[in-house]
Amino acid sequence: MGGDSSIILYLQQSLGGRILDSHAFRGDETIVITREGLLEVFLFLKEDPKLDFNFLTDITAVDYLGKKEPRFEVVYHFYSFRAKHRLRVKVGVPEEDPIVDSLITLWKGANWLEREVWDMFGIRFLGHPDLRRILLYEEFKGHPLRKDYPVNLCQPLVPEREVKGTFVDQRSHNKLMQLKQQFSAKS
Amino acid sequence: MKADTKELPLETMDLQMGPAHPATHGTIKFNLKLVGEKVLDCDVEVGYLHRGFAKSCEQATWTQVIPYTDRLNYVSPLINNVGYAMTVEKLLGVETPPRCQCIRVIVSEISRITDHLTCCGMAASELGAITVGFYMIEAREFLMRIVETLTGARLTTTYTRIGGVKHDLPEDFTEQVTQAFQKVRRILADCDRLLSRNRIFIDRMSGVGLISQETAIAYGLTGPILRSTGVNYDVRKAEPYLVYDQLEFEVPLGTKGDNYDRFVCRIQEIEQSMRIVEQALREIPLGPISLEDPRVVIPEKEKVYNSIEGMMHHFMIIMEGIQVPPGEVYFAVEGANGELGFYIVSDGGGKPYRLRVRPPSFIAMSACHEMIKGYMVADIVPTFGMINMIAGECDR
Repeated sequence: MGGDSSIILYLQQSLGGRILDSHAFRGDETIVITREGLLEVFLFLKEDPKLDFNFLTDITAVDYLGKKEPRFEVVYHFYSFRAKHRLRVKVGVPEEDPIVDSLITLWKGANWLEREVWDMFGIRFLGHPDLRRILLYEEFKGHPLRKDYPVNLCQPLVPEREVKGTFVDQRSHNKLMQLKQQFSAKS
Repeated sequence: MKADTKELPLETMDLQMGPAHPATHGTIKFNLKLVGEKVLDCDVEVGYLHRGFAKSCEQATWTQVIPYTDRLNYVSPLINNVGYAMTVEKLLGVETPPRCQCIRVIVSEISRITDHLTCCGMAASELGAITVGFYMIEAREFLMRIVETLTGARLTTTYTRIGGVKHDLPEDFTEQVTQAFQKVRRILADCDRLLSRNRIFIDRMSGVGLISQETAIAYGLTGPILRSTGVNYDVRKAEPYLVYDQLEFEVPLGTKGDNYDRFVCRIQEIEQSMRIVEQALREIPLGPISLEDPRVVIPEKEKVYNSIEGMMHHFMIIMEGIQVPPGEVYFAVEGANGELGFYIVSDGGGKPYRLRVRPPSFIAMSACHEMIKGYMVADIVPTFGMINMIAGECDR
């Protein structure tokens, strides 16, 4: 474990006040950093020869509704091919202003991972070129992995999206319209 | 192009390939922008098989999550089972007995072979080599039968338990595996003769879907796609879990990072996996297959029916779930398509507070446009085949 905690010690020396908290529960080195100056910290992690975290393993988020303040935490996992160590970096994100900087300039793989976090948690990424929903559809209401999203919530039916230049079979179109009318008459 | 030939008008065409397309096994949609037959731009749409895996897991006890993990990568469900169980064990801070670890290695490697056989067979049959497709599916069938005798199911295996596995290996397991491997080796030799020097196959695969080492690392690719570019990263070697550090095996690497390299990597990995299984079967120790910790593993039925403690432990684990200490861990195993990681947050209750899977297929699909751009529409088929996207894992 001596070698493990040396990463955290080194980070505390070089980043100082940026690190709010750190732990190594079950050997997983973790640091919590401030939301301000996020990109500089990640650039340091990537470029520093001693750390050399060149591989972004994963980006995800956790919703600590009513357990912690700030409510959300965006969690980044890194790995270094050369030094063979891992690091977890967490950033607190408050509910009223859910925005963090996008890592897309540093790692291209952040693109889809950040889109998924936006989709599931409603956290926006500043500087992301294409922040659309990824697993769900654009008309989906709410963000399902938030703790205040009920498990058995039904989503409203959405009208068929018109895609420009697509051939539309009128028969299926008419049938869909009929179904829609039936549905609206019932409710 | 000769100077005097007339150029075709460079008008772009939008083509939507999918969601139900015969060459894309699994529902996925490519929104392509084409010039003639060349792909200019590509936007991949995933999510057709999204079923709220993470949200479902938050409602289930730690043990009830195991069946959900079967449905992640449904071509090699046992690796998911092992990965999940080991993550929870890391959170609990316990280690399983050596026999259990050996069994887990064996089942993981058999699953890896079935996954690679499916991937290579399907990719070959999509290019017209349907004989190879059928041969490889036949080979997979021999291994599926072993999985079936062991777990009672082909897909919904649910074989691991937190702190152990469901049952011990059957008595004639070694014999069955030896026989099956003999047949698999013979079939692989046949496929090699049919395919590896086949002009059509090489023309379609070689130099197609190229990805450089830097791009692969920037996208976070793992598994055969990363190794085909020459990066030696395999979780089994980099951070050995179970008994992988005591077993001898090699990590096949490619040089160019094209589809043919990926294919060769996978075929060679099959041989290495068989080597691992044979070694593990030779050196498997006797002993218990589960922990004997009543807080983690349900006691034997005899104790449950005949003693009050046994009854209570059984009741608590079934009704309340295993009590896992609060904390967070990340643990990765080498899945058939790359690093399969689990990030679990526990709040100290009987259910996971947050369960995140790092899906190798999802991350591979995020780099898919890089491998498709600039090639023909027909080249999408082998490239997509060698990525081996498993919708259950990609969309969760």
